[in-house]
Amino acid sequence: MSTATEQTTSGTEDLVGLADRVAGWATTGEEVEVYVARGTETEVRAYDGEVESLTSATSAGIGIRVIVDHRLGFAWAGSLDESVLGETLEEARDNARFATADEHVQLAAPDGVEAVPVDLWDDGLAGVPTAKKVELALALEALARGSDPRIRQVDAADYGDVSAEAALVSTTGIRSSTRKTSGYLSVGVIAGEGDASQTGGGYSVGRGFGGLDPDKACQDAVTRAVRLLGATKGPSGRSTVVFDRRMATTLLGIVSGALSGEAVAKGRSFFAGRLGEMVGHPGLTLVDDPTDPRAYGAAAYDSEGLACRRNVLIDSGVLRGYLYDTVSGSRAGVASTGSAVRGGYAGTPGPGCRALTLAPGPEGYDEDGVLAAVGEGLFVQSMTGVHSGVNPISGDFSVGAEGLMIRDGRLAEPVREITVASTLQRMLLSLVAVGADVEWLPSIAAGQTLAIDDMQISGM
Amino acid sequence: MIDTPVLERVLAEALRNGGEFAEVFAEDRSNTSSMLDDGRVEELSTGRERGAGIRVVMGETTGFAHTADLSEQGLLRAAEAASAVTRSGEGSRSVAVGRLTGSGTGAGRPVHATGTKDDALELLRRADEAARHSGAAVSQVQAGFGTSRRRVLIANSDGLLAGDEQSRTRFSVSCVALGDTGMQTGHETAARTLGFELFDEVSVEDLARTAAAQALAKLNARPAPSGELPVVLAGGSGGILFHEACGHGLEADHIVKDASVYTGKIGQRVASPMVTLVDDGTVGSEWGTFAVDDEGRPAQRNVLIQDGILTDYLWDYLRARKEGRVSSGNGRRQSYRDLPMVRMTNTFLLPGEDDAEEIVAQTPRGVYVAKLGGGQVNTTTGDFVFGMTMAYLIEDGKITEPLRDANLIGNGPEILKRIDAVASDFSMTPGTCGKDGQSVPVGCGQATMRLTGVTIGGTAE
Repeated sequence: MSTATEQTTSGTEDLVGLADRVAGWATTGEEVEVYVARGTETEVRAYDGEVESLTSATSAGIGIRVIVDHRLGFAWAGSLDESVLGETLEEARDNARFATADEHVQLAAPDGVEAVPVDLWDDGLAGVPTAKKVELALALEALARGSDPRIRQVDAADYGDVSAEAALVSTTGIRSSTRKTSGYLSVGVIAGEGDASQTGGGYSVGRGFGGLDPDKACQDAVTRAVRLLGATKGPSGRSTVVFDRRMATTLLGIVSGALSGEAVAKGRSFFAGRLGEMVGHPGLTLVDDPTDPRAYGAAAYDSEGLACRRNVLIDSGVLRGYLYDTVSGSRAGVASTGSAVRGGYAGTPGPGCRALTLAPGPEGYDEDGVLAAVGEGLFVQSMTGVHSGVNPISGDFSVGAEGLMIRDGRLAEPVREITVASTLQRMLLSLVAVGADVEWLPSIAAGQTLAIDDMQISGM
Repeated sequence: MIDTPVLERVLAEALRNGGEFAEVFAEDRSNTSSMLDDGRVEELSTGRERGAGIRVVMGETTGFAHTADLSEQGLLRAAEAASAVTRSGEGSRSVAVGRLTGSGTGAGRPVHATGTKDDALELLRRADEAARHSGAAVSQVQAGFGTSRRRVLIANSDGLLAGDEQSRTRFSVSCVALGDTGMQTGHETAARTLGFELFDEVSVEDLARTAAAQALAKLNARPAPSGELPVVLAGGSGGILFHEACGHGLEADHIVKDASVYTGKIGQRVASPMVTLVDDGTVGSEWGTFAVDDEGRPAQRNVLIQDGILTDYLWDYLRARKEGRVSSGNGRRQSYRDLPMVRMTNTFLLPGEDDAEEIVAQTPRGVYVAKLGGGQVNTTTGDFVFGMTMAYLIEDGKITEPLRDANLIGNGPEILKRIDAVASDFSMTPGTCGKDGQSVPVGCGQATMRLTGVTIGGTAE
């Protein structure tokens, strides 16, 4: 065993101890990685002045990877009961017999990179009484109902919080733990005028209870719904499209899939083989930096227990790198970039982004500034069918959209039931403006207003 | 899973603070999945999870708690947490549950065969080989196998005790083809509420070849049109249209909140007279089939639209109770960690009498959609999209050139009136339906049909 790194967070000692103990059951000739997690959550939904539902829950689970002779097996269980620990290890061990031997299959080992500490835990959250949370959800609902005479329904007003702790221990020397709290308010409203109805959603997120802002969530939801009233099917044609900050996070999320070292190695990325080439507009610089504490996806360690780090992916339009975990890195002949992510104890790690941002445009490029610079075009505030109309392998892009026309550099009449289409490759080259209005939204990417030239609108 | 006297004590504890209704939903689920990618079996994964969700209803309010601890002590703790929301009230009530109903009684559905891990891997290898032999341009193949067995037990303070054992098995193949114009993809899935017997009915080689053929065909695809054209939807995946264009809008939770374009439209014409739409959780081994729903109510057949006239919505326990009627067997949840919601099961358009080939022949210009990949709807406005993953141009009544992927967009109530032909070649397709963060397996189906006009979101002007 190589030297263990001490990367544990206080408060999680018992979880680390548990993971330690299970990893200690490894036999000669096998490598074992034990991931244990537990969490508590509260969710309150308010409707029509009453609590529609109140959920309180705790959960815990374990995921174990075993490698024997370059063969990987995985097993998980939704419990940390003593009886399931050994059983889960046995299952993972058995499963390893069936995988194809692959020299690149290996667990992460300490790589000497120091983690940048980020504080993601709000000590105060555990002490907030449920009654206060209920009160906040009810207040949010009341606020939304009273905010504008055109709001005829508030179909969901939610408060939620989560506390999550995890520990990771491996026989290859990884020993890390993380803990994180988060809270959110989320509200969905329906605005009506005559026969027409439109919907809008808004939210406010934070590390805990304090700092959640019902006014912001409401205002966002109400503005989005009300300004769409009277929307008609827009005209077809070529147009510059401005994506608002929320939509921009979705776009960057799609692009990030093609930057995965695994997708590249397996010939499923349009970025494969293009390192050093111009893949974007010269103004496009894209960085993934989970060490930025402002990022929603900030983290000290990745999902294999390596330190997260800043990775430059596209620099002034030139493709500079991909994101790797240990296995995909080995396949490409490079080290992990500390970019392993996993979906909880029931999933295995793979490379992915946590905190993407684009280098911001010039000062004054907030939403209004970008609209003024664009002059004429379409402003998109919501997209549908991203999973059904965007092919991240071929790059074909076609989504349903709602928004407003841009005329004389300002928002004009609302439009709905249109699609916006192009290819991801062309969109990156046509990214003509990036907002300086960076807002860290609950996503793997920051929100920044974006303008993309020459997209096809399908409508009337 | 849990003894009846324990269930009764837990329900009584849940009602201790004055709740009107209490329910225990217990679940024990095991999953096995494996993936072959890039020519290698990358991993075989197994998982097990068991736990219970307890809800207490008082007035308009539901309290909910879940636990992975199925001991009496663990359940009592969860019951106490769930009942906290009714703390203002008081009362004590004993609860007696009746005899077990559903397939958990041992009657009903057959015991499902389980394949060994070796058998699953053999299927993956066969699929990989078949796909790679479909053409030299096939550059990547991913084949996935997953099977789950889910036992559920539901007891409530109305005296209901029901159980079900649900096996589900799916197999999917995704291919990438590489040509001069870049990469294209093809994807096929077979999924049934069966164990390993799925493979008595489904050839993994056929699935693989179909997926590969899609990717290969699309290498020569031209950009999809932009604008409105007649569209012919091939039988099967075209059912996604009805799932999105009206299925979600008929879910009673949207209706009671006046968040659906179909609110207040019972008895009214909402679709072409060719449309008779059914949601039926009892159909054979389709992906949305079960014996009892996640509230213990038997699955049933519900006619939603009859000859174009809206006849009913879909109901779960809570929304039905409010209207003084019974649930339609549509209360479903992703797992014991989730509250049930109104969900579709297998939703399909009854077949018509037209001939599929004739429908194409009588379409001078339009788009033929051989496969839809998914969709999304805003139930309040009725605006929805659905994505075509294999489509062709129709020119002079003939299917001609393949088209690149794009979404189609429309408004539910408008589109349903534009159906002017429905054939008799009915088939079903499996899917995963997401709503409010919960995913459940569903089936969709229809026969080949034509829409007189839909906006196609391509890039070709």
